[in-house]
Amino acid sequence: MNLNTITDIKRPASCDDIGSWGDGYSWLAGGTWLFSEPQVAVDTLIDLDALGWTPLTATEAGLDIAATCRVVQLHDFAGPPGWRAVPLFRQTIDAFLMSFKIWNAATIGGNVCMSLPAGAMISLTAALEGVCTLWPREGEPREVSVVDFVTGNHRNVLQRGELLRKIHLPAAALSKRAAMRQVSLTKFGRSAALIIATVGEGGADFLLTVSAATPRPVQLRFATCPSADELRQTLEARLPPDAYFDDVHGSAPYKRHVTHYLAEQIRTELA
Amino acid sequence: MTHYHVNGRHYAAEPAAGQCLRTFLRDLDVFGVKKGCDAGDCGACTVHIDGKPFHSCLVPAFRGEGREITTIEGLATNGEPHPMQKAFHNAQAFQCGYCTAGMIMTAVTLTDAQKSDLPHALKGNLCRCTGYRSINDALHGTCNIEADVAGKALGASLPNPFTDAIVTGKARYTMDLAVEGLLHLKVRRSPHAHARIVSIDRRAAMAVPGVLAVYTWEDVPKRLFSSALHEDHLVDPDDILLLDNVARFAGQRIAAVVAETEAAAEAGCRALQIDYEILPAVFDPVLAVQPGAPLLHDKDQVTASDNIFCTLQGEIGDVAKGFEQADVVHEETYSTTRVQHVHLETHGSIAWKGEDDRWHVRTSSQAPFAARQKLAYIMGIPPRDLHVFTERVGGGFGGKQEMVSEDLVLFATMKLGRPVKWEWSREDEFIGATTRHQMTTRVKIGARRDGTLTALDVEVFSNTGAYGGHGGETLGAAMASPIAAYRCANKKGIGHAVYTNMTPGGGFRGYGASQTTFAVECAIDELARILEIDPFEMRRKNVVQPGDNVESIWKEPSDASFGSYGIEECLGIVERELKKGNGVAKPDGADWAEGQGIAMAMLECGPPTEHRSGAEMRLLPDGTYHLACGSTEMGNGITTAHTQIAASMLGTRADDIDIINADTDRTPYDTGTFASTGVVVGGKAVHLAAEAMAVDILDFASRHAGVPIDQCRLDNDGVICGNQRISLRDLHAEGAKVDHRFSVTRKAYLSPRTIAFNVQGVRLAVHRVTGEIRVLHSVHAADIGRPINPMQCRGQLDGAVAMGYGWALVENMVHDANGHMVNPQLRNCRIPTFADTPHTDVFFADTTDLIGPLGAKSQGECGINPVAPAVSNALADATGVRFARLPFTPDRLFAKLSSAT
Repeated sequence: MNLNTITDIKRPASCDDIGSWGDGYSWLAGGTWLFSEPQVAVDTLIDLDALGWTPLTATEAGLDIAATCRVVQLHDFAGPPGWRAVPLFRQTIDAFLMSFKIWNAATIGGNVCMSLPAGAMISLTAALEGVCTLWPREGEPREVSVVDFVTGNHRNVLQRGELLRKIHLPAAALSKRAAMRQVSLTKFGRSAALIIATVGEGGADFLLTVSAATPRPVQLRFATCPSADELRQTLEARLPPDAYFDDVHGSAPYKRHVTHYLAEQIRTELA
Repeated sequence: MTHYHVNGRHYAAEPAAGQCLRTFLRDLDVFGVKKGCDAGDCGACTVHIDGKPFHSCLVPAFRGEGREITTIEGLATNGEPHPMQKAFHNAQAFQCGYCTAGMIMTAVTLTDAQKSDLPHALKGNLCRCTGYRSINDALHGTCNIEADVAGKALGASLPNPFTDAIVTGKARYTMDLAVEGLLHLKVRRSPHAHARIVSIDRRAAMAVPGVLAVYTWEDVPKRLFSSALHEDHLVDPDDILLLDNVARFAGQRIAAVVAETEAAAEAGCRALQIDYEILPAVFDPVLAVQPGAPLLHDKDQVTASDNIFCTLQGEIGDVAKGFEQADVVHEETYSTTRVQHVHLETHGSIAWKGEDDRWHVRTSSQAPFAARQKLAYIMGIPPRDLHVFTERVGGGFGGKQEMVSEDLVLFATMKLGRPVKWEWSREDEFIGATTRHQMTTRVKIGARRDGTLTALDVEVFSNTGAYGGHGGETLGAAMASPIAAYRCANKKGIGHAVYTNMTPGGGFRGYGASQTTFAVECAIDELARILEIDPFEMRRKNVVQPGDNVESIWKEPSDASFGSYGIEECLGIVERELKKGNGVAKPDGADWAEGQGIAMAMLECGPPTEHRSGAEMRLLPDGTYHLACGSTEMGNGITTAHTQIAASMLGTRADDIDIINADTDRTPYDTGTFASTGVVVGGKAVHLAAEAMAVDILDFASRHAGVPIDQCRLDNDGVICGNQRISLRDLHAEGAKVDHRFSVTRKAYLSPRTIAFNVQGVRLAVHRVTGEIRVLHSVHAADIGRPINPMQCRGQLDGAVAMGYGWALVENMVHDANGHMVNPQLRNCRIPTFADTPHTDVFFADTTDLIGPLGAKSQGECGINPVAPAVSNALADATGVRFARLPFTPDRLFAKLSSAT
């Protein structure tokens, strides 16, 4: 929709060109959320596309995903054979409520910065132990894990004017086996629960990431693949009934119920 | 200036800073780019940028610079339609056509892999009309149309006469018009469910550059009216003012701002300083009737003592005695939800003063004539000074049987002298329009051991919300056909339509009958279960039959009678098909439970209140015909049906009938297209007019040729008089010489009303842990008389059944404790997508009606009614648990499922 309060678009070639951060400033990545609701507090958009970041950079250390990387670019990414978790990219992208057409515009960084419980790129990058590089307006870049980046429903650690530059997925995480389960109230609808686990060689380092069911991603790490009881008890301990996110895409009791069910399915699959 | 390439043309233009590509393209008069949601959820605005599909409402316009932008208008090459446009034509993959441009622009980009997985590929394209079946056909190259052969129009699957315009993006919907000097109106809506306005300071709003006027309750005529549209305005309470100083629901319009741009109008709305005195609010109709509940209306013509707008009650026989005679009794309270129509084209109107010194209102309405009467009354002007019309309407479903946008634009244009437009947003629809009435229905029903019903007692609480329009009529419908559908000597009912501080209830496909059908059909199923009687047998044993009194809870004579009777055949079809099966197996695994359920619904074809329609026909100099009928085409296919009725009476091709509709200047009066009247009233008028046209032509030809009239007959584009054939073109020329005008007009009135039936069968699987429901087999049989256009009738039923599944399984408007809608966006308040919509096998009973025109009955409405109860019955069959409250979303099922055996 038209954002009628916008009076200026800045298209800087470098972040240094922006000058001091105004109250009504907002970064513009894909624009797919920004243009989906009135943004009456915003008067200036700063177009990140003009910065020309390389969308995806794969090295031996892992995969760097620029914040402006389009969803479709990640969808089409084929990693080296040893990165066994890459199929998760498509699986989590398919878990989006959004159409494939939106993938052409929406960005990975935008989805993470929206910090919605059902942000599938949060689920993906959290599960693959992603680390965000943030560019504050003043001072040196800082790093924070995706799990810690999102602090609640539509809340994150970004300071005023701070920019998510990229997300690094370490090769070690990309090399693990992975499994995912998702449910929603309608067919291919917004996730009520999106659960991912990864496991290393010989069942070591079992990492369960609960998302959508909770306001922010929650990770449970086990040295080895847990038993059903151990998994259930750990889930109960970490996520009491009031830790679940109640919204129109699923009641909290339902999300708790299916989280346990799906987590156990994943455990069985990866065991 | 910036350079844009759109459909091969070059434009130098500058978008506003925050403008999206969708409106920028429309500013360039590229109107094929539609708005269904303006938020990326519906796909109606899909365009290609450098060959890739985008939702243009989410694309900042500046990003289109220097790129190749293609819209539906640019899809053809050298005037030759794209194969996908032809496929949509051949499959008739649309009804209102509003989603079509975006659907085609998406479809042409699909890879083979995507085409083999349409539920995924089309999740970003919403269609509210078709149930996606015909869209699926288009994508599989299915041709659903037949040839238009002179004399064979009746019963032929002919294409919609506006097909080419729809698939090329040329069809003009309400907002698809550039108007010189246009002003824009926006409203400020109440944030409070119940509040008195203490003051409105408009100074800051008037100071916004471009704002011309602010209107509040102090500025408008103090004439109470109802936004509901009916022939008899007295059936709805006059309880609304153009703008009021009391807000009775969160979302009620409080002030209107008119400005040179939408942006300025919005800024003006935000700048208004409104001081509210917040009043206690009530949202539940049962609580609203308790002593001490906050009172909604204290106007003198509405009862001042309580919130009950209307109570209907009656009893036939002796219900107490009936229950004494019963061997088994079932009693349960059922409840149904409010849902929004979500016609893809939102409400909106444009008004201006014409060179004829009259006021013109271009609108998206199901009833332009009734709207004109109300507008004339509110503004205090004679109706002849007012022209209300539609061009193409993007869906209605009852939501446009409501005058909610026309009044303010007309008022503003009369004040300011300049054209004024008001285009609603999707959020406006959710919070400011109407919904289906939420009803809570207690049913007590008794039967003998052999299944014979002995007593039926129904109590309804209908939540009519803040205003009572449609409240009485929907309650009347709720207390009528679902109860009358069963023969039972003892029936009793009481229903209350109650004011609350909720969004007002309105007309919605099924109109009150849907809600009671849900309750009664579940209850019948429960009785059958207790008695271990087959659900088909239970209905056969008790369904009303020719010769019975068609009565619910009143003994007064009714004009509803059986022009045909097809329920037994419908039950037989669904029973046969479910027994035969469709080969779709239950998913693997012990957690999946499988069950089957059926339900039926009866429809009296047309409203019990007054309804009339007129049609006018002329023979044109070129030997073709002009037909004018007041009915609205909003995807119901009524223009196709009307041309076919006329063509069949005149022995010509449907394509030789040029039709216009729904225009108070250019067509005869029509009450409105609602309450299943398009065929049985409008169609009857067309039938009579075409008959008169034929007589007029033959009469003139007989005199002209000197051949007795009984030796004259119409022959496509000519008349055969004895042994000579005169072309209609020549005949018209002869007539012109003697001032014979070849024009006729006829009126139709609705009485008696015939009766139609629908039966829905569902076999489904439900997952005991996740609560997921998969419909495995969906069968629908309709007793709609002779189908004028079988393809269209099937399409109407596809759409109605899909909407029924939406009501049962998907749609959920959620309000918080203060009466605010929590999810007024389509991504949060879902309607069925392709993936959510099961394929339904649709069948027709072989009936020819003796009352409806050419043997036809109503067909677009009633298909929705048996769907939700059939789903509930199938769930009960699968799990042993009765789910009595809609909707059946997994999070509302799972707790009972995991404890069920």
